[in-house]
Amino acid sequence: MLSDQDRIFTNLYGIHDAGLAGARRRGDWDNTAALIALGRDKLIEEVKASGLRGRGGAGFPTGLKWSFMPKEIGERPHYLVINADESEPGSCKDRDILRHDPHKLVEGALIASFAMGAHACYIYVRGEYYNEAMALQKAIDEAYDAGLLGKNAAGSGWNFDLYVHRGAGAYICGEETAMLESIEGKKGMPRLKPPFPAACGLYGCPTTVNNVESIAVVPTILRRGAGWFAGFGRPNNTGTKLFSISGHVNKPCNFEEQLGVPLKELIEKYAGGVRGGWDNLLAIIPGGSSVPMINAEVADTVLADFDSLRAVGSGLGTAAVIVMDKSTDPIKAIARLAHFYKHESCGQCTPCREGTGWMKRVMDRMVEGRAEAAEIDVLWQVTKQIEGHTICALGDAAAWPIQGLIKNFRPLMEERIAEYKRSHGAKHSSKMAAE
Amino acid sequence: MTATTSPLAAPDRTEPTSFAFDAISLDAIAKILAKYPADKKASGTLPLLDLAQRQMGRVTGSAWVPVVAMDEIARVLDIAPVRVYEVATFYLMYNTKPIGRHHLQVCGTTPCWLRGSDSVRDAIKACTGIKHYGETSEDGLFTMSEVECLGGCVNAPILQVDDDYYEDMNAESTTALVEALKRGEKPARGSSIGRQNSAPEGGPLTLNTIVGE
Repeated sequence: MLSDQDRIFTNLYGIHDAGLAGARRRGDWDNTAALIALGRDKLIEEVKASGLRGRGGAGFPTGLKWSFMPKEIGERPHYLVINADESEPGSCKDRDILRHDPHKLVEGALIASFAMGAHACYIYVRGEYYNEAMALQKAIDEAYDAGLLGKNAAGSGWNFDLYVHRGAGAYICGEETAMLESIEGKKGMPRLKPPFPAACGLYGCPTTVNNVESIAVVPTILRRGAGWFAGFGRPNNTGTKLFSISGHVNKPCNFEEQLGVPLKELIEKYAGGVRGGWDNLLAIIPGGSSVPMINAEVADTVLADFDSLRAVGSGLGTAAVIVMDKSTDPIKAIARLAHFYKHESCGQCTPCREGTGWMKRVMDRMVEGRAEAAEIDVLWQVTKQIEGHTICALGDAAAWPIQGLIKNFRPLMEERIAEYKRSHGAKHSSKMAAE
Repeated sequence: MTATTSPLAAPDRTEPTSFAFDAISLDAIAKILAKYPADKKASGTLPLLDLAQRQMGRVTGSAWVPVVAMDEIARVLDIAPVRVYEVATFYLMYNTKPIGRHHLQVCGTTPCWLRGSDSVRDAIKACTGIKHYGETSEDGLFTMSEVECLGGCVNAPILQVDDDYYEDMNAESTTALVEALKRGEKPARGSSIGRQNSAPEGGPLTLNTIVGE
């Protein structure tokens, strides 16, 4: 188990003072000007050397992303946008940073913005996180009062303004370009890329969008050194990470651990184990609802990091581990996710707008078994028609859970259909064409 | 465009004839617009819709955004009314019709469902008389909605009442909460089983060596 001295988020559970005085006692805002004095190139180099990969789900190297911003500030200002639209089912880690350790985020925002030439940064907080947004705003107000933000922020010579922008209930705004649209006051509909935000982002200006956790770990990485962070985990999967374990475990919780620890160990050590014991495990969605589920056999040995989970056909995503025990109807669990994606599709691209509704309706019938066995293949094909054919990744995210279900539980789906036929008579079988 | 001709103003809705931001809201608008570049006032669309909804809740007891308020927002931000309408109807948190005094928002997405969100919903039905999502109780106190993942999954199931998350809920704690709201009380938000936020039940296993003060 990672030692407390190596944990970054030392007030994860909100036991201590989340305010500026408490944050300073935990080491935040300690000579921030000296970190900024390292200069832009050195800062980006350090973040690259730490191996930090984006904590918002995609796992793109953070330092590399920063380096895409124009070197010189031209006519258009640069912006940093921080994604606190935490809405991926299973994920609730950024919430703890916003409400309990907001100064790590505020300080990280200043340093990251300096490294990218941004004098202004918006933190997009999902609308439902009202109390969390208030806690963050309080931290920002404290930082302004202490001279840590604003003109010559923290004595660094850099002028920097930080603003909270609240969302209003739309999962799609977690997609980076939909988020920019939303800040501009529009519907959250993703933009076609290219141009990428680093060239043409918020208000048409160079912009980088980073996850809350990715930014909040930066000051600690710089203070303790890239080598310290890179010393945890495995190559290409370095550092510590916030995990959320939910569902059928004895003690659901958030915690920080290094990457590359066996998933089973995380569940047993931190979350009190699977309800009814490990043998009662049915399946796990290891990275938030958008990644395919893994079965108990795979979960037995897989390591919890980006590349290990990818190798078994799933993903680390936001490290939001959703555990399902044998009492779960996996078809219904995934049907509920199909409902989620139908609800959250922005409606822009036809494959997603029509496909998510179609998949939901078919999945609802699969729950009952009111279907033909051949429809499982049709369903599979439709997921493949949606995947990769939309502007943003919501189409993929809607397709993958269903693909994961079919891969792991096809016999159960067939049995459900056969059972329905037995109890209702074959003549009542469904009409595929109606869908 | 007047309220009566707007396609958003359905006949069964109680559209007020006018809307003006009050002093509290006007003070907030000045602060909101200062966040964005002077020529990007449209960025105020989401915050001003939220502000209008909060003002309606404060003044009338029903937190919703009538079309006349959307028109006023368009005027303040100097944008076409349709730009406000499309935002108001795109985002789930804007209520485009009147709701009850308290908005009971049941998270029904898979992590909450696995932990028993159906029993939270059923408990609300039983003690408010509401039969379906989207309905308002006869006494006008409650509207029950199903919402998608609230981002509190390790404290599932979550019931959001207005701005506050009530966590680790079950049928009994839901009933107790609703009955308290009926009495005009507002119980403290957070875990209903006394957990330290997102720490495991029984107390944190980590961070116990961190000395706070």
